[in-house]
Amino acid sequence: MDAIVAWFLDPANWTGSSGIPNRLVEHVVLSGLAVLAGAAIAVPLGLFIGHTGRGAVATIAVGNLGRAVPSYAMLVIFVPVLGIGFPNAFVALVLLALPPILTNTYAGMREVDRDMVEAGRGMGMREWQLLRRVELPLALPVVLAGVRVAAVQVVATATLAALVGGGALGRFIADGFAQQDRPQLVAGALLVAGLAVITERFMTLLEDRAVSPGLRGITRRPSPADLAPPAPAAWPG
Amino acid sequence: MAELLRRNGGMLADGLVDHLVLTGIAVGVGFALSLVLVLLIVRSRRLAGPIIAVAGTLYTIPSLALFAFLVPVTGLSLVSAEIGLVSYTLLILVRNILAGLDGVSPDVVEAADGMGHTRFQRLVRVELPLALPLIVAGLRIATVTTIGLVMVTAVIGQGGLGQVMLRGFSLRNWALVYASLVVMVGLAIAADLLLVLAGRLLTPWTRRRAA
Repeated sequence: MDAIVAWFLDPANWTGSSGIPNRLVEHVVLSGLAVLAGAAIAVPLGLFIGHTGRGAVATIAVGNLGRAVPSYAMLVIFVPVLGIGFPNAFVALVLLALPPILTNTYAGMREVDRDMVEAGRGMGMREWQLLRRVELPLALPVVLAGVRVAAVQVVATATLAALVGGGALGRFIADGFAQQDRPQLVAGALLVAGLAVITERFMTLLEDRAVSPGLRGITRRPSPADLAPPAPAAWPG
Repeated sequence: MAELLRRNGGMLADGLVDHLVLTGIAVGVGFALSLVLVLLIVRSRRLAGPIIAVAGTLYTIPSLALFAFLVPVTGLSLVSAEIGLVSYTLLILVRNILAGLDGVSPDVVEAADGMGHTRFQRLVRVELPLALPLIVAGLRIATVTTIGLVMVTAVIGQGGLGQVMLRGFSLRNWALVYASLVVMVGLAIAADLLLVLAGRLLTPWTRRRAA
């Protein structure tokens, strides 16, 4: 225990490219960019599929395929092509972020009450207005829950990037294992676990903020339990 | 391909067996533990919140960090690997078993009571069988997830096929890396199909209703 405290108090661990601040920035930037890129691809796609109903089968297939390929494997697959480092980790993390966001966006759109859409149509809304003013606000909590699941998964997997020669906070754990340096190992684990929990809390807060005022109190508050894969109904066959 | 199998076939087969054992223990123990936790929740609903919150927090902790926490306590051992793997199954299984039990129609429960079942008999003979489809769904997700996570336990000297992948990676033997992944994904698909089949055999009434 003392050794871990000593590790955190050692000024050498707070400076330079292998110091805690730099590793933390690496981790957050890598994860953040990957989640943003994943959302930029998966949310419009999910909205389109949900609105038109086209390509639903393919969406579910992508979601299930994504779960079959484990995160660690995803980081290794592209090394022969992209080499070791940021591009490899980034591509792997974007691919990991896609399935949860895509399936949740689609599921959120499917759950929108068809009567609401019909009411909007009856009020003379165009397709684009229906999507923006009726469907999206109603689906948003589920969409953001997908982004949260993706973010937590990406932060966790960014740790594994260290095993294939990457940086970020996983470096402390990988080096801790390699050098049998237990204080560094446990300190790294504390940093990573802390970041994951903070990410989860932060995303939950963001979700609460983003829910349309008219829906507050109607939609249930998301709980940590939502981190688990989506409802078993998403598993056909 | 033939060359790869001739040189590394034994290693892949050993990795596959280890992978199966690691997964089997994790899902088996995880399922038993989840059943106990669900029985506790059924007895006292107030426990549902705390139990799911703890399982959720465990689920949030990245696998590499969880194994790093365990190594100083239980060493580079099978026990460390299994504690981690079991932890990740709990949230999935508890939630699904609970959802299955909650989905049993109150009328059916009342009928069981009316027939003179004790609380335990009602659970074993009526509620658990009716909850089976959701329980099997949970087992499927837990099994596929665990098969993927076993890869990571290679860093603490376990890992089954993960060990093979790690060796291939350090030798820059990409054929071996991809072979280990193909075998692993094949294992995941086979295990999933097997559970689907087992689920169908265990719940014949769901098919009759559909027909």
